[in-house]
Amino acid sequence: MSKEIKIRKGVDIKLKGVAEKIYANPVNVSEIVLKPENFPTLIPKLLVKVGDKVKAGSPLFCDKENDKILFTSPISGEVVEINRAEKRRIVDVKVKSDGQSSYESFKQADTSSLTREEIIENLLKSGVWPFIRQRPYDVIANPAVKPKAIFISTFDSAPLAPDYSFVVHGQTEIFQAGLNALAKLTDGKVHLNNSGNDNVDAAFSGAKNVQINRFYGPHPAGNVGIQAHHIDPVNKGEVVWVLRALDVLTIGKLFKEGKFDASRTVAFVGSKVKSPKYIKTVLGAKITDIVSGNVEDGGRFISGNPLSGSQISANGHLGFYDYQLSVIPEGGNDQFFGWIAPGFDKFSLSRTFCSWLTPNKEYDLNTNCNGEERAFVVTGEYEKVFPMDIYPVYLVKAMITEDIDRMEQLGVYEVAPEDFALCEYACTSKISTQKIVREALNLVKKECS
Amino acid sequence: MKALESFMQKIKPKSDGKFPLAYTVWDGTYTFLFVPGHTNHNGVHIKDGIDLKRTMSMVVLALIPALLFGMYNVGHQHFLAIGEITSADNVCSMFWDKFFYGAKLVLPIVIVSYAVGLGVEFIFATINKHAIHEGFLVTGMLIPLIVPVGVPLWMVAIATIFAVVIGKEVFGGTGMNVVNVALVARAFLFFAYPTKMSGDQVWISLGEGKAIDGFSGATPLSNVIEGGVEAIPSLMDSIIGFIPGSIGETSVIAIGLGALILIATGVGSLRIMLSMIAGGFLTGLMFNAVGGNPYFELPAVYHLVLGGFMFGAVFMATDPVTASQTNTGKIIYGLLIGVMAILIRVANPAYPEGVMLAILLGNVVAPLIDTIVVNSNINRRLKRIKTA
Repeated sequence: MSKEIKIRKGVDIKLKGVAEKIYANPVNVSEIVLKPENFPTLIPKLLVKVGDKVKAGSPLFCDKENDKILFTSPISGEVVEINRAEKRRIVDVKVKSDGQSSYESFKQADTSSLTREEIIENLLKSGVWPFIRQRPYDVIANPAVKPKAIFISTFDSAPLAPDYSFVVHGQTEIFQAGLNALAKLTDGKVHLNNSGNDNVDAAFSGAKNVQINRFYGPHPAGNVGIQAHHIDPVNKGEVVWVLRALDVLTIGKLFKEGKFDASRTVAFVGSKVKSPKYIKTVLGAKITDIVSGNVEDGGRFISGNPLSGSQISANGHLGFYDYQLSVIPEGGNDQFFGWIAPGFDKFSLSRTFCSWLTPNKEYDLNTNCNGEERAFVVTGEYEKVFPMDIYPVYLVKAMITEDIDRMEQLGVYEVAPEDFALCEYACTSKISTQKIVREALNLVKKECS
Repeated sequence: MKALESFMQKIKPKSDGKFPLAYTVWDGTYTFLFVPGHTNHNGVHIKDGIDLKRTMSMVVLALIPALLFGMYNVGHQHFLAIGEITSADNVCSMFWDKFFYGAKLVLPIVIVSYAVGLGVEFIFATINKHAIHEGFLVTGMLIPLIVPVGVPLWMVAIATIFAVVIGKEVFGGTGMNVVNVALVARAFLFFAYPTKMSGDQVWISLGEGKAIDGFSGATPLSNVIEGGVEAIPSLMDSIIGFIPGSIGETSVIAIGLGALILIATGVGSLRIMLSMIAGGFLTGLMFNAVGGNPYFELPAVYHLVLGGFMFGAVFMATDPVTASQTNTGKIIYGLLIGVMAILIRVANPAYPEGVMLAILLGNVVAPLIDTIVVNSNINRRLKRIKTA
């Protein structure tokens, strides 16, 4: 029953600084930070105070609306800072490592002997639950709901993204354990969506207990929301859960080893990185430990990929969901007659730059907007890079006008901000599409629940 | 460049100062000279190189062949009319005389159109406190190309003001207008000054000279009414463009060059161009089969090369703001305009220039077409729930 799907719309933006497939020397993690802003719509409730000693897996805060959803410390150490912004909103919770690795212990069992409720309880208690996200709304899954299916993407097609097959290599058993746990959470299918490329690791291509699908084509073929749309789209009233393959490893480790092992492999990439490699570190790690002199000046640090990641400072921390640390040149210079220059160094989807003559070139793009914001003028741009049976501009306009009925009609339940990243990239009018989508999803969630 | 940049920064007026218009003008000039180095802080960190200025300047670039040929043709028609050359002469004889004669008449129209239009834009940008938007870059070039050479400059000025204010700014500016701004200017001239805008006086400039005997200054399409199908010029002349008509519309070759630029850069919609041409050609064939008055008998291919059909198909109907926005919608929209253009031409000889009216009509129904297309998508989604 596996499906083969070709994605035709989209584009691979080839950037300089792809990670070489080797691991850099292991680094010490001096401190970590957990940021509630990584979880859209979450209102956190603190469970610790400054000075508390925590182990890996000890709760730091929980979801105010559902206090069973815990966010636990990835390392053992001491809570050293809790930063707040206006209205006492929690910005982040910082834990300083004690240099040891002591873990809270959770249930360690073969998932076939556990019930659905026991699995969910174990995931919630350990703080692994937030890795499971849902459509609609692209938020942390609601444990009280039974999803109609679970989708797992085993590849990331975004620019400079880590190769999941490389990272998962040698962890077949752990990955399978994670899949087995997930399979018990739904009455429907667990879809494992592989890349159509040949070099897919055996952990993915030989996975059991799931339906394996193959996706061909350019970015955003690796976005799990795009994949769900082509296999079993979300209708009004339905819920699907989505994960990325590397999240499944954390679930697998929980049931195999009985602990919240937040260690992860991060691709350290971008044209400003002297030698881009893979680095083993921990969720939320401080990036100075990773960077340690390996970057050139004038770079912007992005936790995640350059299309949908978030900007962090040079001594910031990785985001909860990010397996990539990108450093690309910071822009900010006015460009003399930039709008008429031939532009061999500018990558564009429009063929108005000479760069379309060199399709295989790797680009070193900076963070300039290359223009000012305007009203929608050019049509057909979003459609070229949005591989869903949805009219993206009409949906975005409904979002801007906060017309929930119209959004519902046009397919708001199927989309996530990351699916619009290429639209935002290509937009001639420089409209911040992902922000609009995120705010609209928050609005619909608030109004409809 | 650094010196220019620092000079510009030095003279930067305050946006909330005594002269807000000064700031708008400064901002317009500065962003024309320099693409501002704004950076993104949320959402995508890298962005496509394209912006609206570049898109619009591609269209202006695509209009240049039609403009240059228009200048030459104005001179050509002039010397033909006063008898200094005959149609038997080599078309390149007196090349520079023809070109400069035409340039002398056409450039003032271009300058008036841009000066007046940009003036209005600057004032509105100041009132609305936003930056100058680029829409008028193209409109300012389109207006001179779709008027006859004999149009008085004050009429160009009034038509431009009317078009920018009523056609665009009242709807909210660039990107918000319902109908094509340049066509609003053309329609305004056509209906406000019908005697000046049609007949046989305006299409050819006689200047100081005196027309030779038997000269008719009317466009081929109006000639067809009186003289029948025999009165039209050869197909070759119509394609190259040595016929009387609006300044930029006569040469299919020059327009074709522009079309190539638009299609190669992906700025213009090939769907609209092709479907409009197909619609026009098929309707022409249909009328040929019926027969009747001379218009019915005009061969279908002539319908495409005479008058403003090609210019409309390449530069007017494809305006992304006023055209249909969905891909399916674009095909329906183009077909509709093609059909309507020929229908108006043939069925109502009072308006030989049916293309202008057809595109305006197309602009008005474009949102309706899109609604139908988008609704079919909505219904598909609803059906999915029922079958699930």
